[in-house]
Amino acid sequence: MAFLELHGIEKRFGATVALGGVDFSVESGQVHALVGENGSGKSTLMRVLAGVFPADAGTISLGGERFAPRSPRDAREQGVAMIHQELSLCPDLSVLDNIVLGMEQVSLGFLQKGSQEALARAALERLGHGSLSLSQRVGDLPIGIRQSVEIARALAVGCRILVLDEPTSSLSHEDTARLFEVVRGLRSDGLAIVYISHFFDEVKQVADRFTVLRDGLVVGGSEIENFVDEEVVRLMVGREITDLYPRSARSVGEALLSVEGLAGETRPTEASLTVHRGEVLGIAGLGGSGRTELLRAVFGLDPVVSGTVRVAAYQGPASPARRWQEKAGMLSEDRKEEGLAVSMSIADNASLTKLPLWITDDAQTRGTEPFLSRLGVKMRSPLQPVEELSGGNQQKVALARLLHHDVDLFLLDEPTRGIDVASKEQIYRLIDELAVQGKAILLVSSYLPELLGVCDRIAVMSRGVLGPSREAKSLTQESLMREAVGS
Amino acid sequence: MRDRIKSLGNVAGLAIAWCLLFFSFGAALGKTFMSLASVEQIFRQSTVVALCGIGMTFVIMSAGIDLSVGSIVALVSVVVAYALQQHLDPSIAILCGLVAGTLSGLLNGAIITKLKVTPFIVTLGTFLALRGVAKGIAKNQKIDADFTWINDLLARVHADHRWMVFPPGVWAMLVLAVLGAIWLRYTRLGRHIQAVGSNELAARLCGVPVERVKLAVYSFMGLCAGMAGVAIFARLSVGDPTTAQGLELQAIAAAVIGGASLMGGTGSIAGTLFGALIMETIGAGSSQLGWPNWVQEIVTGAIIVAAVALDRVRHRRAT
Repeated sequence: MAFLELHGIEKRFGATVALGGVDFSVESGQVHALVGENGSGKSTLMRVLAGVFPADAGTISLGGERFAPRSPRDAREQGVAMIHQELSLCPDLSVLDNIVLGMEQVSLGFLQKGSQEALARAALERLGHGSLSLSQRVGDLPIGIRQSVEIARALAVGCRILVLDEPTSSLSHEDTARLFEVVRGLRSDGLAIVYISHFFDEVKQVADRFTVLRDGLVVGGSEIENFVDEEVVRLMVGREITDLYPRSARSVGEALLSVEGLAGETRPTEASLTVHRGEVLGIAGLGGSGRTELLRAVFGLDPVVSGTVRVAAYQGPASPARRWQEKAGMLSEDRKEEGLAVSMSIADNASLTKLPLWITDDAQTRGTEPFLSRLGVKMRSPLQPVEELSGGNQQKVALARLLHHDVDLFLLDEPTRGIDVASKEQIYRLIDELAVQGKAILLVSSYLPELLGVCDRIAVMSRGVLGPSREAKSLTQESLMREAVGS
Repeated sequence: MRDRIKSLGNVAGLAIAWCLLFFSFGAALGKTFMSLASVEQIFRQSTVVALCGIGMTFVIMSAGIDLSVGSIVALVSVVVAYALQQHLDPSIAILCGLVAGTLSGLLNGAIITKLKVTPFIVTLGTFLALRGVAKGIAKNQKIDADFTWINDLLARVHADHRWMVFPPGVWAMLVLAVLGAIWLRYTRLGRHIQAVGSNELAARLCGVPVERVKLAVYSFMGLCAGMAGVAIFARLSVGDPTTAQGLELQAIAAAVIGGASLMGGTGSIAGTLFGALIMETIGAGSSQLGWPNWVQEIVTGAIIVAAVALDRVRHRRAT
């Protein structure tokens, strides 16, 4: 019997069956990857495990004993810890305060600094962060270290099961590599680890086993040696995806965006590029190299310190309003913080850049529906609030805005981050269609296979300097990575 | 369809809550309370809070707050009385009051957008400063003014004009409410206000003129406070620089009972009106029942919290 066993877990929300009898198990000292599209039931399954809500049917056993957590706190105390995509740290508290939060050791109401520090220090050392200052404010730390603090918190409680939910989606390559080291270390310490990710290469690197979920059911799973991309995609989607990166014949036209010697306040320091109609220019680079800042400066969201930006025929002071006027549109990398007003309706979000003076529900519905259905947004109606949609569908709404505005120049920052494979495929197909129609696309991505698959040319950003663009055909993941790390 | 019904459901729920409240007081008090005259009185007395609540709904929708409303109202009442004392025509006096209110709001908006200080702090400052200006103009005392037609604006409707149901001041408030609701619901600026409140960064990305939107919102709040100031003057017929203390909190309460979220992005003018009516009905009913003032305050406070808690529960069930 495995250390953690979930058996026949069922969960319904109203009429929707989120989990239809799922079996899942993890051994001590094993990393078990859980893959599936958004909405396949991964999160629901993990929430049952973490005590967020009880299952309608089924049993869980932990270390041979029956496990039925009454609350997240109860689950945590029994050794189940979850690390979410969005970290749950208090930015104004110190590293120490965050690690011991909720389990402070007190005597007569006073914090026991010494024993707390020993506990936190021990946890951090297991993660290879022994030298981190415990008194530092967490909000000042880089994202990768913040994540380590969160994992340290789980270790300090004495967790036996660690669930990592999309842990690398906001990490740079170096931080991801470090995280994998940590995960391997914890595995050899005998922890049972559940690893949820959209990235197949990560799963193959870090996991021992994998299980595929679709529509609340287990549809496949095996040892990691048997992980074959095409096969897993087929299981996840329930149909064959013949070509993840479609590429039709494109014909290059006039230049729509020319950037000369652009420098922002901190990043980029030196960037020049040209994007023509009918082509996709990719920008690779590590997190923090200045790729996002480049797009923001081009779009008038961040100040330009020196250099020139010409969009179509216009060259002059930039603001987002001005850019939209020139038929340029930008997709933000941060859907929730900047991309969408999630409490507003789908239609309002899709048409926010080009609202008529007089607005009615019917006109909004009619005006946005063609674009939403072109992208295959799964929704009840365009008047539904965006917050009710899954991540992939939210991203499609953000993209629909650019289509609704009928832009010619697309600035796309991480358009497929954190979304499911089926949505990714649709977005790749859309990019190809747009290029064929003669639109110009500038694509920033951390995911190299995607850049190589979708782009015509790729330039690499390294420490604020944008290198020359090269034909994608002549490039490989290795050559891009070498250029990104500056070797 | 479901999404349209949801927003209607909120207002319908408040309307039912108000009716229940009215009829339960009516059951306890009998004919004196259950009459058209008493409905008219409730509307007249809630006009000031409702006027400020309409503006506050806009402000809260944009994820802002305005704590200076009571001070603007006091300033406006002083300005109107001062103008009348200078023998200006009553209509000019009203205009002066509305301009003073709008300019005060514009000042709030300008400081918030230009100096990039949060609305809470800016309006906390003008809350003190504008009250000071009012006291300065009035030389720290009440300004008496002659009786003019302004004082009829919120007076009980004369027996000869029963067909009007409400006095002109109440009608003006209702017209403003309808215009405000249309503005929020059907115009681009309304949608921009909602977008700024829902996610300012997203609004900026989409080229929404965020600063101009905020200027418009706070100026409109000032105009509403101007109308409320004229209304208060109409009732008291003096310009009193110490009047309307705490009015801003009543306006916020009306908006919040009406379904506005202090996080921004949601709110409804019709809801705010019912919020103001509900608070006034509790006041009128409990004072006629002979309940002491402190009981009223406890009941009103409890209702505010209960209304928001109920809204949260409904929301959680919906998603």
